[in-house]
Amino acid sequence: MKAASGALAYASAPSVLATAGISQEKPIVIGNILDQTGGLNIYSLQQIKATAMAVDELNAGGGVLGRPLELVFYDSQSNNQLNAQYMTEALVRDEAVVVHGGVTSSSREVMRPIVNKFGGLYFYNSMYEGGVCDPRHVCPAMVPSQQLKPLVPHVVENMGKRAYVLGADYLYPHTMGEWIKKYTEEVGGEVIATEFFPLDVSNFASAITRIQAEKPDVVWSVLVGNAHNAFYRQYEATVGKDTIPLASCMFGIGREQTYLSADESAGIVNATSFHDGLETEAAKTFLDNFKTYANDDSYVGDYGELGYRGVKLWALAAEKAGDASADAVIEALPGTSFDAPGGKVTIDGQTNHAIMDIHLIRANREQGWDHLGTTEQLQPVDTQAVCTLGS
Amino acid sequence: MYDAIIFLYQVVFSISLFILISTGLAVIFGMMKVINLAQGEFIMLGAYFALLGEVMGLPFILSALLAMIGVGLFGVLVERLLIRFLYGRLTDTLLATWGLSLLMIGAVTTFLGPQVAGVSVETGRIAVGELYSVSVYNLYIILVAFAALASCWALWRYTRFGMIARAVMANPGMTSALGVDCHKYYMLTFGIGSALSGLAGAMLAPIVGTQPTMGGLYVAQAFVSVITGGELPFLGTLLAGGLFGTTNGVLSYAYSQVIGEIGVFLIAIVLLRFLPHGMTSQKGRAQ
Amino acid sequence: MTSKLSTIEIATLILLALASVAILAVPQFAGLSLQLDLSIIFVYAILALSMGFMWGQVGMMSFGQTVFFGIGGYSYAIFALNTGDTTTAMLLAVLLPMIVAALLGYFIIYGGINDIYFAVITMVATIALEKAVRATSDPRIKIGDVKLQGQNGISALPDLKVPWNPSETLFVTEVYYLIFIAMLLVTAGYSLLLRARIGRVLVGIRENEQRVALLGYDPRRYKLLIFIISGGVAGLAGGLYAVWGNFVAPEMMNLNSSASVVINVLVGGKASLLGPLVGTGIVQSLTSWLGSAGVGQVNLVLGLILIAAVQIFPQGVVPMISAICKWCLGHLASVAQPSRRTSTSMTGEKQ
Repeated sequence: MKAASGALAYASAPSVLATAGISQEKPIVIGNILDQTGGLNIYSLQQIKATAMAVDELNAGGGVLGRPLELVFYDSQSNNQLNAQYMTEALVRDEAVVVHGGVTSSSREVMRPIVNKFGGLYFYNSMYEGGVCDPRHVCPAMVPSQQLKPLVPHVVENMGKRAYVLGADYLYPHTMGEWIKKYTEEVGGEVIATEFFPLDVSNFASAITRIQAEKPDVVWSVLVGNAHNAFYRQYEATVGKDTIPLASCMFGIGREQTYLSADESAGIVNATSFHDGLETEAAKTFLDNFKTYANDDSYVGDYGELGYRGVKLWALAAEKAGDASADAVIEALPGTSFDAPGGKVTIDGQTNHAIMDIHLIRANREQGWDHLGTTEQLQPVDTQAVCTLGS
Repeated sequence: MYDAIIFLYQVVFSISLFILISTGLAVIFGMMKVINLAQGEFIMLGAYFALLGEVMGLPFILSALLAMIGVGLFGVLVERLLIRFLYGRLTDTLLATWGLSLLMIGAVTTFLGPQVAGVSVETGRIAVGELYSVSVYNLYIILVAFAALASCWALWRYTRFGMIARAVMANPGMTSALGVDCHKYYMLTFGIGSALSGLAGAMLAPIVGTQPTMGGLYVAQAFVSVITGGELPFLGTLLAGGLFGTTNGVLSYAYSQVIGEIGVFLIAIVLLRFLPHGMTSQKGRAQ
Repeated sequence: MTSKLSTIEIATLILLALASVAILAVPQFAGLSLQLDLSIIFVYAILALSMGFMWGQVGMMSFGQTVFFGIGGYSYAIFALNTGDTTTAMLLAVLLPMIVAALLGYFIIYGGINDIYFAVITMVATIALEKAVRATSDPRIKIGDVKLQGQNGISALPDLKVPWNPSETLFVTEVYYLIFIAMLLVTAGYSLLLRARIGRVLVGIRENEQRVALLGYDPRRYKLLIFIISGGVAGLAGGLYAVWGNFVAPEMMNLNSSASVVINVLVGGKASLLGPLVGTGIVQSLTSWLGSAGVGQVNLVLGLILIAAVQIFPQGVVPMISAICKWCLGHLASVAQPSRRTSTSMTGEKQ
């Protein structure tokens, strides 16, 4: 199916619309800009399918405000220039009332000014370093304070007080590094050193040597992307998690555990807004539906779930507002709440970020995650400290 | 004292990585003067063959061998279908091999998926002093890198095949007048260069993983090594690998990975400025 | 060496004039997104021309025009965000790259580097610069008040203000016109350069550098000069890119960007000034269209197209079209006057 611009549209089959009785109504256009191709696509692929599934479910249930939803998808090919172009196309040519998408912070920062220029609404369904204060930007994903608040004390308590941090060299890991340090010191721990690596580095021999010289109690990995994946292999081959354990806030979002050996991944602890091993009703239903809809039983993960929760939250806000246009929905956002597969999510009106449940997890030997515990309804305090919308 | 051993090991390992990824290109660019921008993708293909070997249950050595043969044959195919028509047309080979590079990345992503996959080799560690340990597999990489370079050099220098191949590269007209089928030697040389890159990919797979875009990481480094190496492909690669590996190793050890990488490129620029035809250009006559 | 224009050249100029009118008329009929799509093509076309001129006319293959593209963009970004003065920022976007080009060019050209080695050094320069800029993620790294932000680049850049009326800024359509006119001016500038004495020397350097030197010209000076000029043009493209997208990032300088400049020139043909422009138009539109047409992996299709292009039209698109046109005109002429047997005599060259 093609939208007016020629972009590919994942819309519901005519039979679904007919059954719901909404095929005659004028559709509401939703834009989705993600990287189906290029180096970043490992993060996007499940989110693309989950977003489409959410749209399909809404249509089967009678659409939004009695109108069918039409999803227009753009493959930004991991290229920021295309992000800019497609956001403009979505808002101007395809007249999308909301655009979901963007994985990296740089893609978000390229698209946000365009959203503001044309008066649209943008859901950034991806975790990031926090701090964006923009009424037209909504982020239903976790920010550092939410992810680390339960994770850091767990690590210090179970692994030890002296931490060594490795991160990818861009803003998100830098910010994460600072929050890890803050929360570690709050519970009496100490970060001995923090090192950053460009995204294309795959030889970690010198870093591992330095780690061995310093003998920390735990090594934190805020490493990102395909090349950094090599670290987990080299670490296990040289040091081993049985000697010095690993904690991470990034491991798993690129489904790394599905292609490392059990030895290389087992034992790494992390915290997330959703994982496939969650035993709640909502989670299991979501996963079953996903397998059927996408014809894909591989790991879905938090990125997949975020695409789903983003669309559903928007739909609830639109219904509350009685009007799908951007400005009306923005007014209705504060307090909008959804029982997502990862737990109850509520939009915090002060920041347009979300209050949500965070789950502690540990990688097991079956390429999955063991559930260690849930901390409920954490506020995005780091963003609240720097942002008050509508003041 | 153990600090010194570890430092030395890191530098040698860094040198080996440079040599490993550059040897294939040294054969193809150094011997044949063909600019192959798809060399990184040949490395990637080798990694995927190693993955295939693991899936088939082969021991790692056989997987590496499979990678060499597989990519070598692929190289022969590429030479027959594409490169053969472009000899002497430098910029056209540039464009065509860039197209080939994109094609290979796209094809692998389409048929095998975009994600990283892993090849696992259990080889254990060696303790060095009380603090440090070294992965045995890395020692294998060092071994294979130097062995591959040395074997190539020996092949070209001491065998009949090597002698004729050098003659073909130096003066194809005269050589074919003497009854040699030059096309066969072009094909075989390209195949050997490809096989070496395949081996590099297979050796890298256990420490880096396989992914469709991994070639891009290596092609720039390989080219810089080969070009700064100069006219003598093998000695040049050894010297360039030694220089860059040492620079990278020292700077990474002392400062950080970033400084190490930038340092390599800055040294390359300075070197090329003063020795524009590479480090081995004044030494020895044409091979 | 007469300055009289041949029939083909007049026809080309008329065609270009018509095309320009059509391009200028676009905003009347089409929406903002087409204008944005075309604007970025013009930006890359300017960049491609800076590389194509040096390569096609002087024989210098620079893989590093993206160095100046990046410096130009970042200069605009940093100066405009710090001071709000976008006019000076734009001037710096042209000037600073020229200074860097002078230094880098002196280092390389006066060292006697040629051919493939020139390409490699310039390629290495752009890779090294990209890595260096990407390493500036630490929030403490700033120039003035502006954080460089490494990998993420700098976004939310101010719109270009009208120099004589700073309260007015240029919106999408005005930027479209600005970039198009810039492209025309740059092309005209290069064309005049080619017809001037300097141009003759440059072409001579391409043909036989030693002979030019023996005739008393210092080739290095001329090569450095054109390297600086092209650096400025690439910097201008960088500044315009910053105005187009309101962001700059290290990926402007990476290996992919640098290679795509070369590809744009190759596909269009390096021999003429139009080649890089046409090549950029083709390759850019194709990439953008492929991304939204759902063909799956864009790389696969683009790769096949490039390989086919090399086999079918190795000189590039523009010479091929030019040859077709000449054949058509020649054919028409012979059909119109069947009695003239001397159609392709010594004066009728086929290129």
